[in-house]
Amino acid sequence: MRARISTAPAGSGRAARLRPVTVRIGAKRGRPGRSAISFRLSPRACLVIAALVAAGLVISALTLSTGSYHVPLSDVVRTVLGNGSTLDRFIITRLREPRLLTALAVGAALGAGGALFQSVSRNPLGSPDIIGFDTGAATGALVVITLIHGTAAQTAAGAVLGGLATAAAVYFLAMRHGVHGYRLILVGIGVGALLSAVNGYLLIRASENDAQSAALWLIGSLNGRGWDYVGPEALALAVLLPAAWWISRALGVLELGDDLSRGLGLRVEWLRGTALLVGVALAASATAAAGPVGFVALSAPQIARRLTATAGPNTLTSALAGAVLLAGSDLAAQRFPSGLPVGVVTAVLGGLYLAWLLSREWRKGRP
Amino acid sequence: MSPDTNTGTGTDTGTRAGTGTVEPEVAVDAAGRHRLSARKLTVGYQGKPVIEELDVHIPDGSFTVIVGANGCGKSTLLRTLARVLSPIRGQVFLDGEPIHALSPKQVARRLGLLPQGPVAPDGITVLDLVARGRHPHQNLLSRWSEADERAVRDAMAATDTAELADAYVDELSGGQRQRVWLAMALAQETGILLLDEPTTFLDLAHQVEVLNLCARLHAAGRTLVAVLHDLNLACRYADHLIAMRDGAIAAVGRPGEVVTPELIEDVFGLPCRVIDDPETGTPLVIPLAPNPLQQEASSS
Repeated sequence: MRARISTAPAGSGRAARLRPVTVRIGAKRGRPGRSAISFRLSPRACLVIAALVAAGLVISALTLSTGSYHVPLSDVVRTVLGNGSTLDRFIITRLREPRLLTALAVGAALGAGGALFQSVSRNPLGSPDIIGFDTGAATGALVVITLIHGTAAQTAAGAVLGGLATAAAVYFLAMRHGVHGYRLILVGIGVGALLSAVNGYLLIRASENDAQSAALWLIGSLNGRGWDYVGPEALALAVLLPAAWWISRALGVLELGDDLSRGLGLRVEWLRGTALLVGVALAASATAAAGPVGFVALSAPQIARRLTATAGPNTLTSALAGAVLLAGSDLAAQRFPSGLPVGVVTAVLGGLYLAWLLSREWRKGRP
Repeated sequence: MSPDTNTGTGTDTGTRAGTGTVEPEVAVDAAGRHRLSARKLTVGYQGKPVIEELDVHIPDGSFTVIVGANGCGKSTLLRTLARVLSPIRGQVFLDGEPIHALSPKQVARRLGLLPQGPVAPDGITVLDLVARGRHPHQNLLSRWSEADERAVRDAMAATDTAELADAYVDELSGGQRQRVWLAMALAQETGILLLDEPTTFLDLAHQVEVLNLCARLHAAGRTLVAVLHDLNLACRYADHLIAMRDGAIAAVGRPGEVVTPELIEDVFGLPCRVIDDPETGTPLVIPLAPNPLQQEASSS
């Protein structure tokens, strides 16, 4: 257990932090101190949200306006509002806008899903890409591509099924006497390693053509994502994000440990199951749209936590950070001279980030 | 505050203001029951019983301390009383109702638990941690009421942690950290507080500091139940001692009445003398020295 003794007077040497502001709406008559609606707003969280939205807008403007065919910003605005020239309308509303919206939605789903997973496992490594979900989704997709020779939609469905089956397997294997963070991660890594071997075998015995399209799917890409991708992903977010937000306050309590949470009146197993279900659904919807884009689910919640300086799942900030991260990575991928799949960019960024995170956790003496 | 149906004693402790101003609990309810008790309790892990057929009641307003050798079922009993573990047989009663018939939130508004060695999430501030103790009183719309605000402020004042509000829990000393956890449990505003080894990993000075705080909370009217390892501190602070051996209760009562060399030998297998604590007059357990040590001491 941690019982470090520090002699430094706590609270000193730190700039005064912004205290949360309490908001109360609808005071109840005759019951002073009771309001119908009351919550706390942290000024810092509001600033972070505003900054992330601004960054998202800048990236969106750059994505829509720059590229091999340059559209001035004023024309971008006009076109998005529905009055552009025919060519602008084609370039922006047919090509660039759906791809951008898919990137934002997939990023948000990955960020929020990662936040739920990391909160439940109480570990920054407990994100769906580390605990085998992505590998399982890849197995599902590879089966469809190399054995059934299915369409893109069938590949997406195979990926979702593969991911869900892997998540269920990891959950039940890790579940003895309640799911614990480390066991979930270790079992997930084990199952992931097993499935990677299966994936390797499927790739080796595939035809050259299938192997090529499989490899492209495996790295994760937003190339050619049209409006038919935006709708389902937006729908998934509309259902899953409010659910994630609804359970996130209880998840903040769950981070204090199982016994304490039970003492504070939480239904621990129910909450953990719900959180994993919502998290898996978010990750699955993202994988169906863009393939297994790595590291966004891992890094977005950590970025959100450092920006807000708040413990807890930070679900909404993580979603915003994920959206900005993926849209930014896709912008970089598109503007790279020869063009890159976005998964390459996030993998490079994420690999650096993971190395940094591991070395830092190592130094802190915690596994 | 809480609209829960409170039968039994009718003391909805959640409505009381202030940490230091909890009214003394009534001793027993109309039916002669205590607020917290257990009957014919059998609890175990994977079907292997740790506690068997145990009857216990916690006197209202008492500072009850549970002592016993490692593995005798102290923590298991405490966790079962807190509804964290489900008994294989038997029942825990809170305010006259089977505790498992109550919703987790209803229980959490009347009874608090501070488990052994709690670990704070990374990067959480003291204020944020203490505020999470308000969870059972909050709902989707009322996420931070004035009652929440007041309870947190009072809890931090009672535990002397107000000036730590903006500090990170990671950077506190062991004693400070334990006071912060107690503040979190107090913010829950329950009349009954269960503490599982609240002094583990603390040096003697900090153990005494934490127990003095517990004594103040008890004096202010709370019912405290703590598992403690240190017998002498247990005797000094408890007004009701439960000694356990092998999943059963070996002795119950005031420390001055039940702590004898025979009981300690029986419960801990430790030959000892029991003398009066020169400071408080409570029993002080002195382990007998083995023969070689005795000779060495007398020859030097």
